[in-house]
Amino acid sequence: MPTTIALIVIVALFFLIVLAVIGIYNALVRLRNQVDNGWSQIDVQLKRRHDLIPNLVETARGYMKHERETFETITKARSAAMGARTVTEAAQAEGQLADALSKFMLVVENYPDLKANQNFLALQEELTSTENKIAFARQNYNDQVLSYNNKIQMFPSNVVAGMFAFTKRDFFEVQTAAEREVPKVSFA
Amino acid sequence: MWELIRTNKRNSIVLMAVMAGVLLALGLVIGWAVFGPEGGLPGVGIAALVWMVLTLVSLASGDQILLAASRAQPVTHDVHPQLFNVVEEMKIAAGLPAMPKVYIINDPAPNAFATGRSPQSASLAVTAGLLGRLNRDELQGVVAHEMSHILHRDILYVTLAGVMLGGVVLLSQVFLRGLLHGSLGSHRRYSPQRRGGGQAQLVIALIAILAAVLAPLMAQLLYFALSRRREYLADAGAARLTRYPEGLARALEKIAGDATPPLAAANDATAPMYIVNPLRKRGGRSVSGWTSTHPPIAERIRILRNMSQGVSYRDYAQAFAAVTHARSPLPAAALTEEEVPIRSVPAPAVGQETAGRQVHEIGDIMRKVNGFHFLTCACSLKIKIPPDFNAGTIRCPRCSRTLSLPSGQDRPPAGG
Repeated sequence: MPTTIALIVIVALFFLIVLAVIGIYNALVRLRNQVDNGWSQIDVQLKRRHDLIPNLVETARGYMKHERETFETITKARSAAMGARTVTEAAQAEGQLADALSKFMLVVENYPDLKANQNFLALQEELTSTENKIAFARQNYNDQVLSYNNKIQMFPSNVVAGMFAFTKRDFFEVQTAAEREVPKVSFA
Repeated sequence: MWELIRTNKRNSIVLMAVMAGVLLALGLVIGWAVFGPEGGLPGVGIAALVWMVLTLVSLASGDQILLAASRAQPVTHDVHPQLFNVVEEMKIAAGLPAMPKVYIINDPAPNAFATGRSPQSASLAVTAGLLGRLNRDELQGVVAHEMSHILHRDILYVTLAGVMLGGVVLLSQVFLRGLLHGSLGSHRRYSPQRRGGGQAQLVIALIAILAAVLAPLMAQLLYFALSRRREYLADAGAARLTRYPEGLARALEKIAGDATPPLAAANDATAPMYIVNPLRKRGGRSVSGWTSTHPPIAERIRILRNMSQGVSYRDYAQAFAAVTHARSPLPAAALTEEEVPIRSVPAPAVGQETAGRQVHEIGDIMRKVNGFHFLTCACSLKIKIPPDFNAGTIRCPRCSRTLSLPSGQDRPPAGG
């Protein structure tokens, strides 16, 4: 008789553990999917940025005859960003591209004719918005990565994560030149 | 975050139950007053039926009703690209599953609201006056505030409450008008057979009038008290989404200092869903007691400006305590959040815009919503072509060049 009770307890315990594992596993999968979704959101916006650049350069080139260097920097940074493979690599290349674009936007201020061009203004709004969307998508992705990584490292979910090979994800940290340096005040 | 949403869902259910209670009591009293004691039960039955119809209608198409009542028109990306972009930015920041539908209200008063059943099917409406007055960062603050309403599930509650409150007000108005014009129950008052019951009938009629006056008032009080808390929460959410509380603060400042007449299409039932009270009186001090739908704007601005440490919910709660010396409107679970730094935004390079330019721009936005087509001539004159202009070419009034119009298909579609 005592053996049957012990057996029932063991079986019940076993089922409880299996249920808990299933619950944790599902939570992990949901978090991982949110991270993936967050990354694809960034990816969509990065692609959009790459698509916008040729248009922008084409429109601006006619007005900015003496800015060959600026255009070359942008084009180079763009192709480097498009060729990036890992998250860290992409983050670095995109940071450089963002730098080049913000420099370009500063230079534009010197060309009143260009700033009066309706077509260019529309492109500028699209570019500003795309930069914002990248920043907000990054913000969202990093939030998701934080909660996913927390879940993977904390007990008891770390046991389940180890069993099913859930691995940590990288943050998307872009450090642009503007963020590295102290902002300079200019009296233009 | 999830705590916020759960609190909101619970409040929605409580409010719906209270609304049902008020409506049923109203039905009982009205039935009793008009048809005597035997009329009470049918009165309740009719009220229950009305409540059911109201709930179903507001769930199925409450957002459409509110949008139509506010004369909001659906617009495409081409009508106002910046608005669309800002909404999409905030959609991404909030991690929303779907892009909300965007509407513009053709009114020079600056205001905005969000409605809908769920984050999957939400709508966001802003006035032309708002678009004309705010710069990009400020517009982002306002859109983020509305996005927070969507994210917190405020929109379902506001839509339900707006339609049901409208129902209660309508019902008691019908009853009051009927009683005043003597079309209801008059045959009883003058019937000689029931003279003895006249006294009791009068008392019940008085109670009924009292109930008919009080019921919408009570419903509204509850609605307002809850909606003020929601405004603070949405402000906190907006600061967190944009990482830039100053944008919303400046937008609120501009809206508060605005001198255009109040929004034409707003009324008592729809007022609480706007970002600032559209019915506030000019000149005089706004009511800031129990009956006010919105917290005082000056206070909201001060709280946002007080967030110097960061933009997490905890920072908002601290700023709230510093400004109002009152208990924080945020649920405790939201305050355990990690630190969220403020985004550094370069000061806008554009100079102060003149009032004349703004009026011009608001007019242009309204024309665009109404399907006007814009054509820029080579002499840089902007020609505004009405949607019913059908000729293929037009002569520029300044330089008399002949310009060809794009064919009907290419033109932006006129708003509904």
